[in-house]
Amino acid sequence: MNTPVKDDYLQEWLAFWKSGKVTASAHSANYLDRLRTSAADCVATLKFPSIRDEEWRFTDITPLKRAAFKRPATETDLTTSGLAQYFADESIIRVVFVDGQYAPELSNVSTQDGVIVDSLSALAETGSPAVTQYLGRLADYRDNIFVALNTAFMQEGAGIIISENITVSAPVHVLFVATQEGVTACPRCLLVAGAGASVTLIEEYLALTDCAYTTNAVIEVQLADSANVSHIRLQHESREAFHVANTSVHVTHAACYRSISIVLGAQISRFDQHVLLADPHAQCGIDGLTLISGQQLADTHTWIDHAEPQGTSRQLHKCIADDSAHAVFSGKITVHTDAQQTDARQMNRSLLLSGKASVDTKPQLEIFADDVKCSHGATVGQLDQDALFYLQSRGLNLTSARNLLVYAFGAEIIDFITIASVKRRLADWILTKTRIE
Amino acid sequence: MIRTDSSSSVLLEVRDLHACVEDTEILKGLNLTVKRGEIHAIMGLNGSGKSTFAKVLAGHPSYRMTAGEIIFNGVDITSLAPEERARAGVFLAFQYPVEIPGVANDQFLRLAYNTAQGQRGKEELDPLEFDDFVREKMKLLEMNPGFLDRSVNEGFSGGEKKRNEILQMALLEPLLAVLDETDSGLDIDALRIVAKGINQLANQDNATILVTHYQRLLDYIVPDYVHVMEAGRIIKTSGKELALELETHGYDWVSGNKARTSGV
Repeated sequence: MNTPVKDDYLQEWLAFWKSGKVTASAHSANYLDRLRTSAADCVATLKFPSIRDEEWRFTDITPLKRAAFKRPATETDLTTSGLAQYFADESIIRVVFVDGQYAPELSNVSTQDGVIVDSLSALAETGSPAVTQYLGRLADYRDNIFVALNTAFMQEGAGIIISENITVSAPVHVLFVATQEGVTACPRCLLVAGAGASVTLIEEYLALTDCAYTTNAVIEVQLADSANVSHIRLQHESREAFHVANTSVHVTHAACYRSISIVLGAQISRFDQHVLLADPHAQCGIDGLTLISGQQLADTHTWIDHAEPQGTSRQLHKCIADDSAHAVFSGKITVHTDAQQTDARQMNRSLLLSGKASVDTKPQLEIFADDVKCSHGATVGQLDQDALFYLQSRGLNLTSARNLLVYAFGAEIIDFITIASVKRRLADWILTKTRIE
Repeated sequence: MIRTDSSSSVLLEVRDLHACVEDTEILKGLNLTVKRGEIHAIMGLNGSGKSTFAKVLAGHPSYRMTAGEIIFNGVDITSLAPEERARAGVFLAFQYPVEIPGVANDQFLRLAYNTAQGQRGKEELDPLEFDDFVREKMKLLEMNPGFLDRSVNEGFSGGEKKRNEILQMALLEPLLAVLDETDSGLDIDALRIVAKGINQLANQDNATILVTHYQRLLDYIVPDYVHVMEAGRIIKTSGKELALELETHGYDWVSGNKARTSGV
């Protein structure tokens, strides 16, 4: 099925690659150069998915393929003070990307002992084992065109490395800011949490432009034994943008990965999250909320991979679609033969606010072990008419009653977020989106 | 709209009310007059239409009025939306209060209270002011303040839900309170507390309609009138002693069904 075909968009990308800007020698000693070269070779053998591919059945990316976006210009006139309003109050470490390019001058990386934040190239130069062991190895680029493109064309990325038993008390805020029209950004981030380390990551995409552009992001997260990572992902790209992102997480012995992913923006978005519970007693909880309207299409594909015994996974994903919006949720849980006593629970709830809104939901449990507890469920509904009447009978008008119920539906996910400023901002956004008075 | 003197002693005038749910007619010519300061009990068997009447008064969208009129406080409210009726002073205490996960009870109560205050041109309360205010009202109903932090009615017991309804009534101070089977699902202590709350809220300017299947509630709240409904109409109206007679003789006693009443 995946026969290499002439694909103008890809050809254009490859032309960029070969034009010399990011040329690297296949024989370079630098890990990053070798990784890019290898990924570029893969790009040449892959093609863009279409709705004929099972994993892309509900998401037609034809508009994205047609866009043929350019490489972003590297200079930016953004300043720290100009961006300050977007910084999470609680965070100290800030990593800012502008149009996919890591912007150290806008970032704040001077931090506590045991915490390293630096560009991937600088880390690769010094032969950082975190980079050589994990970068490009958690997010597999060999059979995924978008990951391959990101890996081949990643503009300067950032690495966050937390040493053993270090607790980073303030959340690390990684901010991807879009400013340019008609470009494709390939931001890349690697988080490595050492054994027993603990950190909260806020990964946020925002736009200072209303225009069309493409983000193709890859985030890799490695948790060593007993590490604890809390990951909040906020996607509020421009309403014209295309957003493709991959988060690949590797959870080892007794480590715990917790993520909350909020999708608000982009014309077409696709988020792939792969969590590998690689050792016994690994845990993850991945929750999500998609809130879209107009003509938006938001696709979330998650895959929780139980490889070893006594792993635990929890997942609650909610979709709210208004107008003609289309939400997609595909939640795969694999329990391998060795993963006995796995405890996995998944729930997907969707709320359709208009007759034209739609949701496609696809839970997939693949269980090869025989001593497991696994459950999943999916509901699709509309606003509860009795609840609307109840609120109206207390004096709220229909619009306010409706908005309050929509907010309440989403609040279950937002309430999981423990960072007050993020929670407050999200509540404000959603109240604005749902036009509550 | 017809507006008469709003201080008139008649608060609610229902004339020849017909209403359907889908294509089934439930109310078939109901007439009722309620004056300020009065407490009315509407009794009847299941299916007689008494809960439908309560919902039609509040403007439930599932019920369609096909004939008649409802004059409330001098205004024909039949074309008004539920929230407009609420703001005019109609309050329905639900038989089955709706659970609303994700909406904090205190947030909901404050929203409802401030809407009513705004309507009356009175001062709205911020969260701190409201908290003090609502806690005072909760004492009246012997409610645990812990219910403020929970989602509206979610996981509340039957008795707690009913108390939460009366709490809303105490906050909104309606002109007309329609209590739909408020006694159902209450144990005797909860019934006593809820009845005490309702009695304390009744005054010479407002009126109460108790919709109930059993006489039990009327041991605690003494009505001025008792009405019996059957097949979508009020078929008998009398003083409070009617409730006791119903309790003794059953609804057949008052029913027009001769076969059953004379079936000795």
